[in-house]
Amino acid sequence: MTAQQIIFLIVAVVTLGSALMVVTSRNLVHSALWLVSTLFGVAIIYALLNAGFLAVVQVVVYIGAIAILFIFAVMLTRKEQLESGQRLNSGWWLGAIIAVLTFGGLFGMLQSWSGFSKVSTDLPVGFDAVGQLGNALTTPTGFVLPFEVASVLLLAALVGAVYLAFNRK
Amino acid sequence: MNEWLYVGLFFIVGLIIPVGAIGVAWILGPKKSNPIKLTTYECGIETVGDSWVQFKAQYYIFALVFLVFDVETVFLFPWAVRLGQLGLFAVIEGIVFVAILIAGLIYTWRKGMLEWA
Amino acid sequence: MNFWNDPLKIAADWLTGILTGWGMPAVAAGILVAFLGTLLLISLLMVMDIFLVWLERKVVSRFQDRIGPNRVGPFGLIQPFADIIKLLIKEDTTPEGADRVVYNIAPMLSMMSVLILWAIVPLAPVILGVDLNVGLLYIIAAGAIGTLAIIMAGWSSNNKFATIGAFRQVAVMVSFEIPMVAMLLIPTIFAKTMGMNGIIQAQNIPYFILSPLGALIFLVAAIAELGRAPFDLSEGESELVSGFNIEYSGMKFGMFYAGELLHALTFGGFLAILFFGGYRFFGLEKVSPFLAIVIFLAKAMVGYWVIMWVRYTMMRIRIDHMLAFNWKFLTPLSFVLLMVTALMNALLAGTSVWVYSIGMFLSNVLIAWIALEIVRAYSRNEREKVEAPKVAAEAHH
Repeated sequence: MTAQQIIFLIVAVVTLGSALMVVTSRNLVHSALWLVSTLFGVAIIYALLNAGFLAVVQVVVYIGAIAILFIFAVMLTRKEQLESGQRLNSGWWLGAIIAVLTFGGLFGMLQSWSGFSKVSTDLPVGFDAVGQLGNALTTPTGFVLPFEVASVLLLAALVGAVYLAFNRK
Repeated sequence: MNEWLYVGLFFIVGLIIPVGAIGVAWILGPKKSNPIKLTTYECGIETVGDSWVQFKAQYYIFALVFLVFDVETVFLFPWAVRLGQLGLFAVIEGIVFVAILIAGLIYTWRKGMLEWA
Repeated sequence: MNFWNDPLKIAADWLTGILTGWGMPAVAAGILVAFLGTLLLISLLMVMDIFLVWLERKVVSRFQDRIGPNRVGPFGLIQPFADIIKLLIKEDTTPEGADRVVYNIAPMLSMMSVLILWAIVPLAPVILGVDLNVGLLYIIAAGAIGTLAIIMAGWSSNNKFATIGAFRQVAVMVSFEIPMVAMLLIPTIFAKTMGMNGIIQAQNIPYFILSPLGALIFLVAAIAELGRAPFDLSEGESELVSGFNIEYSGMKFGMFYAGELLHALTFGGFLAILFFGGYRFFGLEKVSPFLAIVIFLAKAMVGYWVIMWVRYTMMRIRIDHMLAFNWKFLTPLSFVLLMVTALMNALLAGTSVWVYSIGMFLSNVLIAWIALEIVRAYSRNEREKVEAPKVAAEAHH
């Protein structure tokens, strides 16, 4: 077992454990904080895959903006609602069966893929990931149009949010 | 070795120092707790009402607008790195990108979502 | 390659040689040496943090026309050590009803978010923690962790003032991140890289000449990010009784306080790196890395001095004014500046250094002038609207 595999296993266990705590925690704010831990675990996995830019973007956007938005949304609820309600409903055994079947199906599908057990080769030294991404986003034969469409998508999100909030006012 | 390993070391050492400092304080400090000492502080008087306040919805709006602009600036980083090599076309493309979102900001402004009151 | 030219590599090789001589596998020896180096750097930072407490108190006292600590040791230099001993022997309390785990983790996360920033700060051309090629976004990521720590502190204290203070602080920090990140894009455009060392090496002309407005907006946004006056509404003693750290005492409060001062020095350092040339000083940094460290620390101290100067001179700004200033003035201005910089960079791409610099500088001055004119016209309008009824009333008499 190489050091990288050991680190990956530890990080994966922590991430999955945090994700489990998100859905099983009684306190809503604790759930939000466990979500932060899960997102951080995913950022570490990106870093292990040598996707440094994505790791930092994960922390900046997910933990710095989306997790804070979640926590603010949780704070908007009244305190009585924070810690009430049952955690498991009556059909939990059906959900468990479906989850195990889905996992089994995905595992079976991936096992038959040749890349599943290959160790990834290292990137060439001096590989400028951010530069390549920049090239891809700005050349006309690259992803220019999706780049602009992304801004329209963000505009749609902003307008939608303003419309929803405006109505409530 | 992966350079992120060194960043991880910084995280670990950065956690050790405050944990160590607070741990030393916990060992050295007296442990005489009584209920009065542990009450909530409210300028020296008894607390009035619940310690939970009605959260202004305005905080959520600001966080949402911040989220949209944060994602926008993250998109702009790879664009900025390659700007020198690509000439005027990339600049116009970036201006279009930012202009669409500034239009969104002006829309939010005119709808009164950026007022604190 | 002797010790004075490349101290880090020589020391690391020597230590690794000793450790592998004792029979440790090379990988583990490398990690242990890196760990010891990191520990050394962070310990030195904490010592400097203690010195910063003394510096802050002396400077604020001089601004307020008094002397400051001068009893404990020569010029009061031992005062911060006395403060630390006091904080260490205080009782470690957790208020009733507070969320124990979150309450205790918050100060640790707050301090950690400041210490990890020094991983990417280049102290000298060869002395730096990690030369990440995404250094600028790493700064924002560390800030995100700090923001989270504040929310955790405010919420878990079970105190209304703490909650209100924490949310206001987070709203301000989060809002001012947008102009700050937009201004971080300007050195990226000039240097064509996001790595800190690359930005310093590319600064043959310091970037505050190429983009003075950018440096100014970055400074203002950084002061708001730090939560210092004039943007410290959440910690205003007369308004919210020290905001999110009301219920913290002893070393936990010490972590918040010392973390804030170190954060201010770190951002003084970033201002120096991004806009003032970092450890460069007309070629002196090539003489020895230790001289480069001294140059860098001197520039960081000047940046810290400016931040302190602003704090002890200006009055606190009201929260709605702060947010309006950010969203209605700074954000559009910073994006316009970014786009004009990109445009000028493309238009003046092949010209000589002089034409490029003067063109950039003039475009910055032009944008600043236009922005001020717009604000002036707007405030004149507002003033006339308020004063018109009064003038009409006087005309009746």
